[in-house]
Amino acid sequence: MPVSLLWAVDVYGRVYSLSTAGQQWEQCRDAQMEFKRVTAAQQCCWGIACDNNIYLNVHASDLPVRYQEETYENQRWNPVDGFSERLLPSDRWQWSDVTGLQHQPLDSFQLPSSSWEWEGDWYVDENFEGEPTEKGGWSYAIDFPATYTKDKKWNSCVRRRRWLRYRRYKAMDTWAKIPSQQTTLPDPFSDISCGGWEISEEPRGRLSLWAVSLQGKVWFRDGIYHHNPEGSLWEEVFLPGEVIQISCGPGDLVWAVLWEGQLIVREGISRDCPKGSSWAVVESPSPDVGAIHVAVGINVVWAVTKDNKVWFRRGVNSHNPCGSGWIGMVGEMITINVGLNDQVWAINCEDRAVYFRQGVTSSELSGKTWKAITVPRDGDRSHSSASANSLQSAGCYFCGEVRAQSVVSDAESDTEKGSADGANSSNPPTDPPKPRIPKVTSDSFISELVSDREPGKSSRDTGSAPPSGGPLDPQWSNVDLEEAQQAQTVAVQDTADTCSLSSVATYTLAMEDPYGADEHPLWAWVSGGGCSVDSHSQLNWFNFSMNTLVSSVQSMSLSVSPAQTAAWRRQIFEQLSERTKREMDNFRHYEQAVEQSVWVKKGTMQWWRDWKPHKWIDVHFALEQFSGPDGNKDGILFIYYNYYEEKKYLHAFINEVTILVPVLNDSKHTFAIYTPERTKQRWPIRLAAATELEMHDWLALLSVSCCDSRGIHGPPSKQAIWSITCKGDIFISEPSPGLEAMPYPTPCDQMFWRQVGGHLRVVECNSVGIVWGIGYDHTAWVHTGGYGGGFFQGLASSTDNIYTQTDVKSVYIYENQRWNPVTGYTNSYKYCSPELSQTKRVSDWAIDYSVSGGTDREGWQFAADFPASYHGYKTMKDFVRRRRWARKCKLTTTGPWQEIPPIPLSDVTILPCTAQSSVDVIPVWAISNKGDVLCRLGVTALTPAGSSWLHVGTDQPFKSISIGAASQVWAIARDGSAFYRGSVSARSPAGDCWYHIPSPAKQKLKQVSVGRTSVYTVDENGNLWYRQGVTPSYPQGSSWEHISNNVRKVSVGPLDQVWIIADKVQGSHSLSCGTVCHRLGVQPVEPKGQSWDYGIGGGWDHITVRGNSVEPPRLRLPSLTDPSSRSPVPVRNTEVNGVGN
Amino acid sequence: MADDKDVLRDVWFGRIPTCFTLNQDEVTEREAEPYYLLLPRVSYLTLVTDKVKKHFLKVMRAEDVEEMWFEYEGTPLKWHYPIGVLFDLHASNNVLPWSITVHFKNFPDHDLLHCPSNSVIEAHFMSSIKEADALKHKSQVVNDMQKKDHKQLWMGLQNDKFDQFWAMNRKLMEYPTEDGGFRYIPFRIYQTMSDRPFIQKLFRPVSPEGSAHSLGDLLKEMYPDAITNDGEQKRYQVVIHGIEPLLETPLQWLSEHLSHPDNFLHICVIPLTHQPAG
Repeated sequence: MPVSLLWAVDVYGRVYSLSTAGQQWEQCRDAQMEFKRVTAAQQCCWGIACDNNIYLNVHASDLPVRYQEETYENQRWNPVDGFSERLLPSDRWQWSDVTGLQHQPLDSFQLPSSSWEWEGDWYVDENFEGEPTEKGGWSYAIDFPATYTKDKKWNSCVRRRRWLRYRRYKAMDTWAKIPSQQTTLPDPFSDISCGGWEISEEPRGRLSLWAVSLQGKVWFRDGIYHHNPEGSLWEEVFLPGEVIQISCGPGDLVWAVLWEGQLIVREGISRDCPKGSSWAVVESPSPDVGAIHVAVGINVVWAVTKDNKVWFRRGVNSHNPCGSGWIGMVGEMITINVGLNDQVWAINCEDRAVYFRQGVTSSELSGKTWKAITVPRDGDRSHSSASANSLQSAGCYFCGEVRAQSVVSDAESDTEKGSADGANSSNPPTDPPKPRIPKVTSDSFISELVSDREPGKSSRDTGSAPPSGGPLDPQWSNVDLEEAQQAQTVAVQDTADTCSLSSVATYTLAMEDPYGADEHPLWAWVSGGGCSVDSHSQLNWFNFSMNTLVSSVQSMSLSVSPAQTAAWRRQIFEQLSERTKREMDNFRHYEQAVEQSVWVKKGTMQWWRDWKPHKWIDVHFALEQFSGPDGNKDGILFIYYNYYEEKKYLHAFINEVTILVPVLNDSKHTFAIYTPERTKQRWPIRLAAATELEMHDWLALLSVSCCDSRGIHGPPSKQAIWSITCKGDIFISEPSPGLEAMPYPTPCDQMFWRQVGGHLRVVECNSVGIVWGIGYDHTAWVHTGGYGGGFFQGLASSTDNIYTQTDVKSVYIYENQRWNPVTGYTNSYKYCSPELSQTKRVSDWAIDYSVSGGTDREGWQFAADFPASYHGYKTMKDFVRRRRWARKCKLTTTGPWQEIPPIPLSDVTILPCTAQSSVDVIPVWAISNKGDVLCRLGVTALTPAGSSWLHVGTDQPFKSISIGAASQVWAIARDGSAFYRGSVSARSPAGDCWYHIPSPAKQKLKQVSVGRTSVYTVDENGNLWYRQGVTPSYPQGSSWEHISNNVRKVSVGPLDQVWIIADKVQGSHSLSCGTVCHRLGVQPVEPKGQSWDYGIGGGWDHITVRGNSVEPPRLRLPSLTDPSSRSPVPVRNTEVNGVGN
Repeated sequence: MADDKDVLRDVWFGRIPTCFTLNQDEVTEREAEPYYLLLPRVSYLTLVTDKVKKHFLKVMRAEDVEEMWFEYEGTPLKWHYPIGVLFDLHASNNVLPWSITVHFKNFPDHDLLHCPSNSVIEAHFMSSIKEADALKHKSQVVNDMQKKDHKQLWMGLQNDKFDQFWAMNRKLMEYPTEDGGFRYIPFRIYQTMSDRPFIQKLFRPVSPEGSAHSLGDLLKEMYPDAITNDGEQKRYQVVIHGIEPLLETPLQWLSEHLSHPDNFLHICVIPLTHQPAG
């Protein structure tokens, strides 16, 4: 889980945040004033301050918020001046927007607020539709509203060019005031709630922000996007009554509470209309007592009534935002908040502590119990005895509305204002502290309470009282109380070892005072909208012990990273090896008491039979294991089946099995077993277990058995080859020394692959052992150096570097309709793709607009007939239409991966090091899911996750990137063109500028991989291209040479070895798509190689060989170039490619 | 870098070199050679000494043979304690190999349990596992297992199959993460100078305040004398599997990694005989 923050405001209006990894509330020091309310998203937090203005705190990120301003310069040709700014009266402005309708001179662009700054000056965009213009950026046309080309023709009468300038949001990690609108709002805001980031596919940053004014009006903030975090303007939303509070969930739920106690639900909220269209009224949960507070999530609504009772709304989802009925819940709360994953926080009306609802899962949304968050604040003194210095002081206030609660309260308030006269100190020392009841309601934060203060830090509490330097500030302490306490402390001083304040004394003191014991902060508001926890999260918020020092927590954690191996663990490791030396080393010649024997495990399974018609048949399955002659364990796998009443069996030697792969199947739990022979056939042994658990048990056992027989144990080596299947499963293979040998490399169908836990879409590595992965949800992960996880438990897994990993994958259904003249489009019939097992769906079916080819407003795509190419608009010739529905499934597993928050990535590349190289800081480049190019700083072998991102500016979004061994960086833009980054070096890790490289004719590139010197790209039509003419002095090269078709992905390694994922590989029994292939015959004089060798597949999506820098043993043989010993047919120019046997 | 998994292997594959000699008083047809064997620390004497028995029977007449039992320096060795515990408790500070005397007569009924067959050992072993799981998981895990799973545990121990045993035993070592450990830690504390066989009480891995209990916390409550206070001379060794873990070692970790196959943490407290300071 990434670290994220829970935000809260205490009754003094101080803003605090609590990290999911933390154990104390951190005060937001930046807040210059007190806040009434906060509402958080993952990337920012909004708040209403006591000046009734709205403030925004955008969390700093390595990825800047930047906005591209553009304007066009237009010119017309005339015989006298040539092209000039003299335009015809009917023409557009000399400076205009792209349509020519808006007059846009350069100096008309203003920064939207003081939170912005310009990145640089205006410059001309040289890139025209993916190709460099090299003519000052001009593009030409016959007349203005026309088609532009980059070449000037005889009839080009007009030309234009684009000017660009970036502005950057600078007010990061600080509370920046949202500028009030020109049309002043009628009255100040009293409540605020943000959400709605899941209703569209926009990248993180789009928000719906709802606000309530003191007069009960509701406003919607329009135009909040990543590039415009402040939004643009307030729009009033018309209401059936006066609203007192509003809540907006991450999805399309918005509920509000009316002054009279009913609730209203916003209807009609959608991707195109985040503001919604109308309100529906829902009665208060209790007929007599009105609601005062509501909180909504994605599929839940919680409410609080005026008697502090908590209610849960049944049956809420995006089709039925009103739900069906109320259920009363245990607990008395004043406010409640729903955060990410429908997790719930509330503030208890008794102790004003923040409570977390435990056990909230997608199947049990109402959770199980309330649990108080007991961590201290950062200002609290020693946690062990915080109450020992519970000094009496008055509360502070901020909202300008002070009510006299009692005489005591008045006196204390005076103290607060700095007019302490020491009157309290005249009390006799035995005088017990007066009980004080904090008077707090959810709307007025006037309070008066007992609280602990840290001497010297007390000034921050009010700002009105000057701090004094002494350890005890008389203005802040009840002196006699302090003395009494010290007297008691002395009595136990002897036994207390280090802590000067004894908790024993504290407790006796505290017991006398019913409220003094409450050293907890008193909270007024909580917001979990940015807090990413779920029922799996391990939080250290609850077990906070008042008597235990924090330091002991470290030894409590059973999973300690190697770097911080505790002394006790080291001691055990050392003593065990000493014991072995002492008791065994001199006695190895003794006979063993127990002789080894054969061990058999049996089970039943289903097998996809080899003969036609293929179907699943029941089989008995047995694994026999024994110790081989060389001490390695070995085994044989038997599959017993019936063939026309005759008992037969199939067997495989464990030491010949090359891989065990879980296979996606909609109804069964299946896996495949490959041997080199079966890889050649493209026909593995396919087995199905009765349950997922049974399959995992078998996979774990077989996998251990295979690894044992090959003597492979422990973590992957630095040279390991990593690959990923279309299911997201991760496999590694240890390269044999002969894998890249010339002329007889190890055939790649003999490579042994083992699985490691986790779920990824992309993995990249290099030869110093740095491995990064990217999940389907674009989360970045770094390999911890461990192995196992997932279903590999116990022995096949390391323990101290396995973490929970989650991923979100979309599952799609196509809705297809055919048009007929009578009824128009008919009812739908759906094609359903299989659902993932082991997953929980996190969203309902929703129309997916992000289909390639585009869609209309309802998500439909049109075509002449099924199956054909679809487009996003209807024409006369279209008779069928389809639209895609998507549902997100969340998968939770474990693996040797740690998240690198917070920027989601779409591609990553790590410098491939040669075997001899000694690079300390390793360049890592990445593309964010928004297309920004990023350069990771601080990546070393010891800190593979690095420290921070450096943003590298581009004029358009990118999608693929690769860095070569000599720091040559190549990238592919979203428009399919290639770029080369100039002057990248250790001194200048981000380089200086991009050189535009034209793509192969009529092809849009999609992926690039750069090895030692070779540059390979793959285009969207599956062609593999080699860059010709790359030399040290001319690193951009000269032209693209076609190598192969049917290629999905390429990985070029530090030896310039070339591996691909290929489609349509023909085996002797079957055809496979997504197959790992190895380019044969690659050598310095022939970097393009000669032919392909086919490895594991199909079903593979990704491979990286960039860790394998082991130079093959040098063999000098007379005939080097005759590949006839193994002659796979080159993929080139054949639609379906066969393996040569 | 050592891994916690290696600890499990080291514990399982711990061996004690042992020299078996026949008791002088046994009637033999010819002189009996001593028999040398590597005994698995985690197994039971009567389970791994078939070879010893065969060896000595060769020199004896059948009518002189009764139930075999073992003795070390006058102490009859209880077969139902793991071998490693017997060694640590009685012989750990002596020279290797461990010299055990084999008897075929005068079975000490008041000291030892009879062990007519391996099924008795199996019953004892399985009842220990069940008792341990009662403490750890209210017996939920062991009751969920099938008969063949129980058999797998036993066969794993009997045949010295680490993988086979741990494939099943790992289920007994799981616990809900939110609990921070087992319900109670199954442990036994052995002492040489006591009539009580061992100390076994309820003890949780996590304190009510939520901090992890350490080995020291356990001993403080169960056997305070075993702890060496500051300024004192060390009087006792606290030995598990022949090593002395630091007192700050978390008890839960010890239970998961240094328990015997019977799922108990067997802790030996051995008095130190101090040389007078010279």
